[in-house]
Amino acid sequence: MKPAQTTGQAVCCGAKPGTRPVSRAENRRFGLFRAVALCLVGGALWWLAYSRLAVFAGWLTYSVLPLDRGSHLGSSIEFFVYESPKVLMLLVLVVFGVGIVRSFFTPERTRRILSGKHESAGNVLAALLGIVTPFCSCSAVPLFIGFVTAGIPLGVTFSFLIAAPMVNEVALVLLFGMFGWKVAGLYLGTGLLIAIVAGWVIGRLRMEKHVEDWVFETKSGGADAGDPPDWPARIRLGRDAVKEIVGQVWLYVLIGIAVGAGIHGFVPENFMASIMGKGAWWSVPLAVLLGVPMYANAAGIIPVVQALLGKGAALGTVLAFMMSVIALSLPEAIILRKVLKPRLIAVFFGTVALSIMLVGYLFNFLM
Amino acid sequence: MKKLQILGTGCAKCNALTEATKKAADEIGLEYEIAKVTEIRDIMSFGVMTTPALVVDGTVKITGKVPGHAELKALLSAAN
Repeated sequence: MKPAQTTGQAVCCGAKPGTRPVSRAENRRFGLFRAVALCLVGGALWWLAYSRLAVFAGWLTYSVLPLDRGSHLGSSIEFFVYESPKVLMLLVLVVFGVGIVRSFFTPERTRRILSGKHESAGNVLAALLGIVTPFCSCSAVPLFIGFVTAGIPLGVTFSFLIAAPMVNEVALVLLFGMFGWKVAGLYLGTGLLIAIVAGWVIGRLRMEKHVEDWVFETKSGGADAGDPPDWPARIRLGRDAVKEIVGQVWLYVLIGIAVGAGIHGFVPENFMASIMGKGAWWSVPLAVLLGVPMYANAAGIIPVVQALLGKGAALGTVLAFMMSVIALSLPEAIILRKVLKPRLIAVFFGTVALSIMLVGYLFNFLM
Repeated sequence: MKKLQILGTGCAKCNALTEATKKAADEIGLEYEIAKVTEIRDIMSFGVMTTPALVVDGTVKITGKVPGHAELKALLSAAN
């Protein structure tokens, strides 16, 4: 009966009378063992392949294909052959990890943590939870209502709604993969800061009366479906996340990298410096103005951004463009119109856009 | 007769959940009627924050995902 004791916790919720608990426990333990073994083997293979990518790209471009080193087409193709598997592999790894982390943070749990929190500390916590709580823009409205009716202050709710789409794992992976940990860290830090500050400002402005009246009349029960998953189930959730997210974004990643490869190979050095460089003060607001209505995910925009940076565009300008594309969009405004009156939507977009601009200028000055 | 409701404002996943539920219910020979709830106020009255969601006889069983076939079948037979 030993196995039943060691994994007893995992069994108690699922076992029905009549099934033999011991065999179920053994099955689960075997399942966990197999999952861990698969993860280890997969991880080793992953690392082996990942560390050989640069060599492989060079070999394929200049030995297999009849291309010359230093030619436009050659450097474009080498860029594409190197970057696409690299980014996709990083994506698989991180999305899997984040899928497991997220199995600990349901929106219901996040709401429980945040309700009863006051502003300031609440804003910080909400922005942080925005990173780890599963979020899709189609759930923004029910989430908003659920938060507000649970007594979470409006500003704290906005901190969550700003951080959740902007600081996401896909954006961080791509930034890390293409620019290294410093830029990824900067994006994470400033993204959180924007969410905290913009949420706090919206809270200070006392905009509650600009939320549609019916929202506060909605009673929202505390539905909490199901028991917390066990470890094999969490690993399955990680796998599902990979299937779903990578399945959604891989094409955008490839298109983005292809555009990036084109810029990389064919656009002359420092071409962007005059348009998007530090010297052009108007480039930051212009980048944000262009970026706000655009709707694209991080996966498509970051490879383009990398290529722009390589040709002399300033980091702050590019970062501002990217943030405004990811954080705000016209479709989002239309969805939110169901629960927010126009003035609050304007304040929301205005505050976030302004914060992004400040971050853009800050980086252009500092770097 | 089980009353199944699919909550969702009409995203792709909501349709996927409807189809998956129908398939699972048919396979275990459940007698059921299925309805979609698309009005946001009605969805909120169930207390869910992530769509799609599956409600069986007024109880929320699944939120925010389309579960696997086996999981759905187990869930529906348990409710039967």
